[in-house]
Amino acid sequence: MKGNRKIYWNGLEQLSNDPEFVKHADREFPEELPLPGDAEKANSGTRRDFLKMMGFSVAAASLAACEAPVRKAIPYLNKPVDVDPGIPNFYASTYMMGGDYCSIVVKTREGRPIKITGNHLSGVTKGKTNAQVEASILSLYDIEKLNGPIFDGVKSEWSIIDKDIIEQLKAISLRGGQIRLISHTILSPATQSVIDTFLTKYPNARHITYDAISYRGITQANKSNFGLEVIPGYDFSKAEVVVSFGADFLGTWLQPIRFSHDYARLRKVSRENRHMSRHYQYEGLMSLTGANADYRIPVKPSSEGFVVGKLYNILAARAGYQTLDIQDPGDVKFLTKAADNLWSSRGRSLVVSGSNDPAIQELVNGINSMLGNYGKTIDLLTPLNMWRGKDEEMDEFIQEATAGRIQAVIFYNANPVYNHPRGEALSQALEGVELVVSTSDRIDETASLAKYVAPDHHFLESWNDSEPVPGHLSLGQPTITPIFNTRQAQDSFLVWSEAAESTDYYQFLRKTWEENYFNRQNKINDFQRFWDQSLFDGVFTYEADNLTPGELAIDPGRIASAINRNYMPENKGLELILYQKVGIGDGTQANNPWLQEMPDPITKVVWDNYLTVSVKDAAEMGITTESNEFTLANLGIFDQTLTLPVVIQPGQAKGTLGLALGYGRERAGKVADGIGVNAFRFISQADDHWSFYQLDGITLEALDDRYELAQTQTHHTFMSRSNVIQDAYLSQYQADPGAGRFIPKIYTTTHLEKKLGEEDLDGVVHPHAISLWNEHEYPNHHWGMVIDLNSCIGCGSCTIACQVENNVPVVGREEVRNRRDMHWIRIDRYYSSEAPMDDWSGLEEAAENPEVTFQPMLCQHCNHAPCETVCPVVATTHSTEGLNQMTYNRCIGTRYCANNCPYKVRRFNWFKYHDNSQFNVNLSMSNSLGKMVLNPDVVVRSRGVMEKCTFCIQRIQLGKLEAKKEGRRPVDADINTACAEACPADAIVFGDMNDQDSRISKMLRLNYRDNEKIVQEERAYHVLEEVGARPNIFYYTKIRNKDIEDLNA
Amino acid sequence: MEVISSVRPPLVTGGKTVADVTEDICMQVEAKPSRSWMMGMAISLTALAVGFYALIILLWEGIGMWGLNKTVGWAWDITNFVWWVGIGHAGTLISAILLLFRQKWRMSINRAAEAMTIFAVLCALMFPGFHMGRLWLGFYWALPLPNTFGSLWVNFNSPLLWDVFAISTYFIVSLVFWYIGLIPDFATIRDRATHKISRIIYGALSFGWDGGARTWQRYESVALILAGLATPLVLSVHTIVSFDFATSVIPGWHTTIFPPYFVAGAIFSGFAMVMTLMLVARHVMGLKDYITVYHIEMMNIIIIVTGSIVGIAYLTEYFIAWYSGVPAEQYAFYNRATGPYWWAYWIMMTCNVVSPQLFWFKQIRTSVIASFVLSIVVNIGMWFERFVIIVTSLHRDYLPSSWAMFYPTFYDVGVFLFSLGFFFTCFLLFAKFFPVVNMAEMKSILKATVSDKKTLK
Repeated sequence: MKGNRKIYWNGLEQLSNDPEFVKHADREFPEELPLPGDAEKANSGTRRDFLKMMGFSVAAASLAACEAPVRKAIPYLNKPVDVDPGIPNFYASTYMMGGDYCSIVVKTREGRPIKITGNHLSGVTKGKTNAQVEASILSLYDIEKLNGPIFDGVKSEWSIIDKDIIEQLKAISLRGGQIRLISHTILSPATQSVIDTFLTKYPNARHITYDAISYRGITQANKSNFGLEVIPGYDFSKAEVVVSFGADFLGTWLQPIRFSHDYARLRKVSRENRHMSRHYQYEGLMSLTGANADYRIPVKPSSEGFVVGKLYNILAARAGYQTLDIQDPGDVKFLTKAADNLWSSRGRSLVVSGSNDPAIQELVNGINSMLGNYGKTIDLLTPLNMWRGKDEEMDEFIQEATAGRIQAVIFYNANPVYNHPRGEALSQALEGVELVVSTSDRIDETASLAKYVAPDHHFLESWNDSEPVPGHLSLGQPTITPIFNTRQAQDSFLVWSEAAESTDYYQFLRKTWEENYFNRQNKINDFQRFWDQSLFDGVFTYEADNLTPGELAIDPGRIASAINRNYMPENKGLELILYQKVGIGDGTQANNPWLQEMPDPITKVVWDNYLTVSVKDAAEMGITTESNEFTLANLGIFDQTLTLPVVIQPGQAKGTLGLALGYGRERAGKVADGIGVNAFRFISQADDHWSFYQLDGITLEALDDRYELAQTQTHHTFMSRSNVIQDAYLSQYQADPGAGRFIPKIYTTTHLEKKLGEEDLDGVVHPHAISLWNEHEYPNHHWGMVIDLNSCIGCGSCTIACQVENNVPVVGREEVRNRRDMHWIRIDRYYSSEAPMDDWSGLEEAAENPEVTFQPMLCQHCNHAPCETVCPVVATTHSTEGLNQMTYNRCIGTRYCANNCPYKVRRFNWFKYHDNSQFNVNLSMSNSLGKMVLNPDVVVRSRGVMEKCTFCIQRIQLGKLEAKKEGRRPVDADINTACAEACPADAIVFGDMNDQDSRISKMLRLNYRDNEKIVQEERAYHVLEEVGARPNIFYYTKIRNKDIEDLNA
Repeated sequence: MEVISSVRPPLVTGGKTVADVTEDICMQVEAKPSRSWMMGMAISLTALAVGFYALIILLWEGIGMWGLNKTVGWAWDITNFVWWVGIGHAGTLISAILLLFRQKWRMSINRAAEAMTIFAVLCALMFPGFHMGRLWLGFYWALPLPNTFGSLWVNFNSPLLWDVFAISTYFIVSLVFWYIGLIPDFATIRDRATHKISRIIYGALSFGWDGGARTWQRYESVALILAGLATPLVLSVHTIVSFDFATSVIPGWHTTIFPPYFVAGAIFSGFAMVMTLMLVARHVMGLKDYITVYHIEMMNIIIIVTGSIVGIAYLTEYFIAWYSGVPAEQYAFYNRATGPYWWAYWIMMTCNVVSPQLFWFKQIRTSVIASFVLSIVVNIGMWFERFVIIVTSLHRDYLPSSWAMFYPTFYDVGVFLFSLGFFFTCFLLFAKFFPVVNMAEMKSILKATVSDKKTLK
């Protein structure tokens, strides 16, 4: 081949190969080129060169000064089978935090969990969530969690601490030293087996359970009444008459998610079903549940025993039971009426009490038993596995530890130093304990006293199972690889037990299920398929072994003496009631800024802990509120004094003070630390139980100083404005489905064309008949929403769900004080006033024991939106599907739209809330880990733009696309907003009003006529109908099941 | 029958000759700055500097530096805007409408009044700019410019856009009007200038004015045409500004009386501001013979008339609120007078309705001190009028859950201070370097005869 190569020559010079050519042949250019840098030119840069150099240097220097943002977007080299960029994956899992439970579905995007919703297959939580569950996703990305094990306050290695812990445990065990494992109630059967393995390995070890909020009174009562140490299952969906003595079952008591769902079912009325449950609430503070009651009677805790006893006696007299020999508390409002209602609804009623006093719980059991509610609204056979902590064992443990008889303690996700009444004693006792281990995810109050911290995974990183109710199992599966170098606590226990087989909890869990549950079903005969199916569903139900409760055994003499001993009907002193807030709960999630900034459903205060007092006490003690400045007061509890701001709470019983638990964290993180006081210290010991009441030793001294609490709502009555709140009583509704409706009429000078079937009498027309604007045409979809004021319980789940879904920023206490909260959906809480309609200054004052109405308020998506016309740059427009749209990119921030919004639902970005050290509590936008929670389908808004509810347009678009791929129109099940999805009471219904089969169309009983949809449902109204904005959101009148004759009683 | 009309007293007193006019007015420009001018300038520049700090922080950190909130989206920003626009009404009214009505007394004040208008409108223009969340985009997105954003265009339904047109037109016409008027006087200064630089500068400013008959004739035609153009603008600008409120749905804003009421209020506050400035100028610059008590009295009469119109408008709003039967409207006005901002309302009522009525008394009307004090009182009242309309209407509107209070911060005050500093700095520079009285026109009304006869046949 080489021989055949042709030679191409460059020119004749090469061909002739003359010496001059050869000399320069190796150079590209044979002649000298006038290149810069030649010796004589080196220092003679021209002016142009200088300018070029200058220009370049300046540009280079300024470019170097601009730090290019580091963008970490790493493409998949090998795409995981299940992960498609932009397409969410959903996994069924289980929420378990601080002893609480919820069966959930986790939405993940590109491997990041970003949203939690309820699992509809669950028979326990019925596909619903609450604010704490919704918000818990942010705790996964809390940057203040531990990144690996800790030894003596220093970062360590798992192998090192494992070796140490095992050695010490063995040594202690050999010496006969005592080992304790402290946890909340264990809901997980597999975890219980792991703990049993541990206890077997170390025979001197004991497992102690306690719960931050004790329900020991209920289990004790059932033990003495029925021989079963359980919390029974309550079924509010069958309880037509509910009497609650201080049980906040819609907010915080036992299983608020399920109870809210069940309770709301009987609160819905319609033309066909004009009946609803009747709810009596006897309580000291104004709870969320009390706010929903038809009859709410303030009762001091000191007389609670007598009030329950009186009801017992009234019913016992009828049922032929032995009555109690207790003091008569005097006239208790509506108690006889409640007894009558209960008696006539035997078997369809329910009496509950939030007290932790076994004596009261026994009376409640007795009442329910007399009413024949067992087996109907109360189920002893399938009790609740939650909150079964044994307080007396915990007390014993603290005593032993104080006495120095305990050598090793392991705290399994429990923080008793913070949330046990004897936390301080425990913290001192722990100094004398040889080995203290905590599995806490952060160095919390208890873990800070531990030598070893072996951080557990977040529940979204863990395998687990849970059995909140016997027979109702659910699986928890990890939805993300562990973010930090943490290890599942069960794995740790298996390692420390030196388990013979695998130390992998996943294998252990599978084995447990294979052995215990696989054979409890007969549908699937292959375990792998059974496992996959259970994992897919998230839940598995089986026939649990039936318990055998005994007949009711109640000893009236013993109970009467306990009540006479513990309660004082004529107590003159102040009484302190400790309660949980709907958002913060027991403080487990205190470091979650979404929950800290969630308005308390009743007081609407955020970011603080405060005392509540009754209106009368406030007046007597000189406690006032002046333009959001609250009186500070010294609260004395025996020898301790605390200074707290005081909120005047209408509806609170005179002589009571309310203080929330869950605050006063010292080591939870930068969000929670230093907010409020730790009220767990003031849980008092009464007789044989922990009591949330402190009946003596309380003093309150108002100071001259004031403190500004951050409130999202500062005006509390609705000024009797019937264009805002439309309500009626049940008997009125039964007579007329349109009862309580306010239908505005407008006088016109001309007889306008008849519209909407309205009669046109002398120019008096409905506001809809007059408009400057042409009607929009909605050829395809017309989205709308119905909000039933009757079933809205005001819990605020929707607010948090929306915040998670739509990347709504947290702005912090100071900005809420400035009234700049950003929530897209808020719940307006209105009190009634006793002033006459025309006494405007009188109407500003709430009644002493007001009726409460909750009104979720969000963008009304007006068809004739006042905001749309005033924007100078068309940044807010109307869609062809009825949505009022906000184009953030186009917004220049004149705020004219917000001013002109009659509903005041628009929210302005006053500052840059993301990546701003001033807003470092906005965890989801201030660090790269927190940002993983952001929904990639929704932009994070920049400073200076307006934002508001979008009806979750990203979900609408997704739903439409999914339906389109299947060649059909989207139906209700395809699209739902985050708020409607989260609502445990089903008070919010979203849907397509153009779809005659949609739920919303049926609820509104839409009549489709000549391109117009006429709402025939009498209860449906628009807020501020007379403004003529024509919202796409309808409210249903609030109906109260209260007899008219009782109104002034 | 012989009709004997009384001879009007001369508008310029002190027996000034044509030469005296030139000398008196040019002296201000040619002399060294006076001590009082320097002090005034120092105060203005201090205000400007403090205000500038507030403004920079506002622009850097965001609108949240102000005390606004989710309920009250506008407060001092738009209050200041409307207040400044209102003040900016007097100049053109004096120059244009009074020119058309041949009110020659205007000649001694129109130059300063027009300058005030220009600066006031500049101050007004600041606020719609600075109040925007995204000024860096808004300043040109709010204009109907061809763009590459697709079919994006401004919203012609929005009163804010109407504002953009109304105020920019008004500003441009006022500026041209003012400048055309200045040209002959610049030429006078040019001709007298001794220093080379001032000769060049005033030469350039006077556009080569030659004082020929033809030039004068054209000058007068242009002045008349511009007066004709400016006249409707005087009425339209504040009408359109009032649409920002009148076309909304908020009780207290949604009122058809706003256009005439706003225009009257604007003239009211504009004259008050002219009064304040002219009384100071008169005293400091020794213009007592040019701005006489007669001028003061005439302006005070206009203040009584417009103040009374405004007062009637306030009362009419109450009547209409009652008569309309709209509860929200009734509450809005009840709340104005008795709610948390009652003090602002009563400051407004006292300053705007009660205080100008004092001018019915001749002694007060012709007293320099009383006029000066009351002119400031009127402008305080007019600022509160806008505050009352904007804040008390917004802070308690339809849904009681959203009711909130507005508390100003340092930055609210600071940016207002910035506009005040800017205004007075500009005005002081004008007073020093430009002829404050229209010399050319002034010369036309000097007393033509030295005769002391009281009547003319």
